[in-house]
Amino acid sequence: MKQKTFSRRLIGRVLAYLLAILIALWILIPIYFITVAAFSPKDVIYSWPKSLLPQTISLETLLFFINAQYVLDSLWNSVKVALLTLVISLVIGAPAGYALARYIFPGKDVYRIMILSTRAFPIVILSIPLAVTFMQWDLYDKLISVALLHVAMALPTTILVTSSVFMGVSKELEEAATVFGCNRIQAFTRVALPLALPGLAASAIFTFVLSWNEVFAATILTIQNRTLPARMFVQLAASPIPFRFAGGFFILVPAVVFMFFIRRYLFSLWGITLK
Amino acid sequence: MNLKRFNWEPYLLLLPSILYLALFFAWPMVQSFGLAFRTDDGQLTLAHMQRMFNDVGFTKALRNTVMLIIAIVPLQFILALIMALLMMERLRGSDMLVYIYSIPLAISDLAAGIIWFSIFTERGYLNSFLYSLGVIDKPFLFLNYQTKWPLVAIVLAEVWRATSIVFVVLVAGLQSIPRDYVEAAEVFGAGWFARVWRVILPLLRPSIQTALILRTILAVQVFAVVSAIAGRGMTVLANEAYLWYREYRNPHLAATYAMFILTISLITAFIYLRALRTKEEMIL
Repeated sequence: MKQKTFSRRLIGRVLAYLLAILIALWILIPIYFITVAAFSPKDVIYSWPKSLLPQTISLETLLFFINAQYVLDSLWNSVKVALLTLVISLVIGAPAGYALARYIFPGKDVYRIMILSTRAFPIVILSIPLAVTFMQWDLYDKLISVALLHVAMALPTTILVTSSVFMGVSKELEEAATVFGCNRIQAFTRVALPLALPGLAASAIFTFVLSWNEVFAATILTIQNRTLPARMFVQLAASPIPFRFAGGFFILVPAVVFMFFIRRYLFSLWGITLK
Repeated sequence: MNLKRFNWEPYLLLLPSILYLALFFAWPMVQSFGLAFRTDDGQLTLAHMQRMFNDVGFTKALRNTVMLIIAIVPLQFILALIMALLMMERLRGSDMLVYIYSIPLAISDLAAGIIWFSIFTERGYLNSFLYSLGVIDKPFLFLNYQTKWPLVAIVLAEVWRATSIVFVVLVAGLQSIPRDYVEAAEVFGAGWFARVWRVILPLLRPSIQTALILRTILAVQVFAVVSAIAGRGMTVLANEAYLWYREYRNPHLAATYAMFILTISLITAFIYLRALRTKEEMIL
């Protein structure tokens, strides 16, 4: 009897490991494929049948992509938009996050629910009226207009994330600082802010990735000054296959790298504890 | 005396965000209504809506979007639940697994579309793999829009990319369930399946609700994945909004599509809230 439950447990363990590894492979293999494709020369990309292992490693395809018309410009545009988005959402969002973390005040719940409910509204619905408005304001096809929309998209997340960052910084420390002669603002800048900095940085990186990845609004709001995903999207059907693979790889890499650096912060913000 | 002690600080701190969201979130919503239900000289009209409903593209786009949601959301939910339950098994290296499982969170829909295009395209990795197994002797045209294969490729790409967010929400929910409950069930002889079905899933309800709402709303606006994989061969609602704005230069129709997408999102959110009634609010 005991023997039976033991062997059953063992089978269960083995199955669990097997399944866990299979799912990990399901996620990693497509990333592996696009990486191999991006580092293959053109004739290998067009060849048939393709080897599933890398044959010749070359930078030909990636260089072809980088040197293609507009690509470097749009890459640079993407960085500018993402940085603008990050700065604006942090400047506007962090004070609100701080208020939610530190104060109890009438209307707090209403505000929270308002912020949360913005998630039910798709970005598709913001882009079109804003495109019309930006045209009237003479902001159309400017990078700032894309950034402004990305902030509208990212701000609720920034507020909630920064509020949980500030909640992680003990209120007593700030109060102690005021006892030792700091005023309210000094207590914040000298005590709470340095402690919250890593968390705020993680939140900023997350916003950067959000903006870096966004396609729909960027495509609607620009014509000449396109971000990389917008440029890729409008040109996709007319692009040679190596160009697409290299472009996909280029959009993918920074996002995955950034995620790697902030993973622990994200998990703790989402309430996942690692062992 | 209360008035004197009234603390303005939190309101001042919230003010910039309220103003910003009013200007760049609430106001565009209102304007979207205006664009969708008014003529150029400001008359109220249902003409744009009628035109949208009668459009050939609309029926196709709606059908494809609904089919994608029906295929994607349950698959994602089941896969994410399996992934989350695996995390509860305390496997070795589960930190590594959490990271790998959440990588797709950072991947844009466009990149995911291109990645799965590289797999399903004529001389792609799937055909090469099938050839090396001897299943086919020449490339099979998966992305032929007259077949169901592009739809399959899009479903796989979306399941691949966006299961992570469901996973993250479910893991967070699972970790908040006290272990004692599950262990108690085990002591009383409940098998693995009974523990999941009778104890874990009921307690996981708020997280399930959040995950389903989030995913369905995102699936209704599916966009770049579709174009990257199926090109012009397949259309979805967000794609029609894009086309009406950019190609046919009609912001009214584009806004009408956007309103339609919003309506579906809100209806599905409402249905989930009714079906899985809890007091929990949405988390990230």
